[in-house]
Amino acid sequence: MTVALSGKEVAGKIEEKFPGSVVESGPDNLVVKVDSLLDIARFLKEADGLEFNYLNFVTAVDYYDHFAVAYRLSSLKHNHSLTVKARCYDRENPALPSVTGLWQGADFQEREIYDLFGIRFEGHPNLKRIFLWEGFEGHPLRKDFI
Amino acid sequence: MAVRTEPFVLNMGPVHPSTHGVFRMRVTLDGEVVVDIEPVFGYLHRGIEKLAEQRTYAGIIPLTDRLDYISSMNNNFAYCLAVEKLAGIKVPERAEYIRVIISELQRIAALLIAVGAFLNDCGAFFTPFLYMFRERERIVDLFEMVSGQRLTYNYLRAGGVSQDLPEEFLPALRKFMDMMPRFMDEYDRLLQQNEILIARAKGVGILPAEQAINCSISGPVLRASGVKWDIRKDDPYSIYDRFDFDVPTQPAGDCYDRYRQRVEEMRQSLRIIEQAMKQIPSGPVRAEVPHLIHPPVGEAYGRIECPKGELGFYLVSDNSIAPYRCHIRPPSLINLTALRDMVRGWKVADLIIIFGSIDITVGEIDR
Repeated sequence: MTVALSGKEVAGKIEEKFPGSVVESGPDNLVVKVDSLLDIARFLKEADGLEFNYLNFVTAVDYYDHFAVAYRLSSLKHNHSLTVKARCYDRENPALPSVTGLWQGADFQEREIYDLFGIRFEGHPNLKRIFLWEGFEGHPLRKDFI
Repeated sequence: MAVRTEPFVLNMGPVHPSTHGVFRMRVTLDGEVVVDIEPVFGYLHRGIEKLAEQRTYAGIIPLTDRLDYISSMNNNFAYCLAVEKLAGIKVPERAEYIRVIISELQRIAALLIAVGAFLNDCGAFFTPFLYMFRERERIVDLFEMVSGQRLTYNYLRAGGVSQDLPEEFLPALRKFMDMMPRFMDEYDRLLQQNEILIARAKGVGILPAEQAINCSISGPVLRASGVKWDIRKDDPYSIYDRFDFDVPTQPAGDCYDRYRQRVEEMRQSLRIIEQAMKQIPSGPVRAEVPHLIHPPVGEAYGRIECPKGELGFYLVSDNSIAPYRCHIRPPSLINLTALRDMVRGWKVADLIIIFGSIDITVGEIDR
């Protein structure tokens, strides 16, 4: 059975290493600051006892005042999982660091988010629209796209 | 005088018999050797995730049929699991057994197509494919009995299944179960030691375990690379923890191993169906679920081991009758992440079979 790690416990471990980087934590998820997302992702992937080596999926949700980008991580070694979120408040030019350097599996999914939500992923090796054509106006999965 | 050569860009697809739908690749070639590829998606993009935001929870089930249209029952299953998790619905015993039987039958049907299409790509033009279709036809007949449909079944519901199995279903399934192992032996006799298949597929397109995990590969492709990871065993959903079955793996992670992996998984599915048929209780097949479901505010991720890998639905609810966000984790799309690294340095003919051995459905890639 995959164990959902407590967000609070993991947040404690992260805070020890990167103080002030966790915004809030819930029973199976935690929200982190955009600036430290990449450091925390590397920590989660490499720290003993966590070793999140598998990225199940990346997706975004539009809450009008911000975009929440959710990373669901698992460890095939320890069989546990955790959802890490980052919030993007800039609607005009939202951007996040890309995690493709850590988990190559994010490649197409980040392109999909860029295409359908318009969130840029800095450091992505090939960031262009994946389903819609270049020149398509708007980002369909945003809530204000009719 | 030295001959000057330059790379050649070949466009493959979207309409090409070996691209399993409308998938397109821009292939850069040096002579016959693949230097680089770039997959181009989107020819079947229908915006299912956006459509789902305007439909009721029950109204989304027919949309899920149209994702991976050769394993519709599994799509229904993953979606219903997510809704049940979100709304806290309990499923009656009999319905759980029906779901397991149906989804394992669907797995066999989808793997038959995967194996048949792969052999097609290898150049065994349509002979093995039609052998596999012969058996798939029987499974589709069984599905027609329970749901009235032959491709997009729309059979599962949040809280159970839409209707009970008809009287003639279990005897017909018994007949199929008695025949299927013989058919499987027939495939093995024809193919397992087939020299041409071995020459074409052994050692071709190797995917190392480390990279498979890093690329979020799932399903038979991951297990063929030697990673023992099956959601039915490692994170059992529904009632999979009650059945005795093995998770086969292969050592090398080449095209031949991916083919063997699929054949062995079919045998395990038969084992599960055999046990489920013995244990199936009588009783209701659907929980008392209101027509319009209002799940509490929150989010849920329901996932299953579908024939292609981890299929999941990530639902966010705002307590209305439609999901605020419905994200689909598509195994077909994510399994292609490693394709570029797998095909570099191989010839064009190998590119076709490496791509075929991953087994994709474009309906699920583009959504």
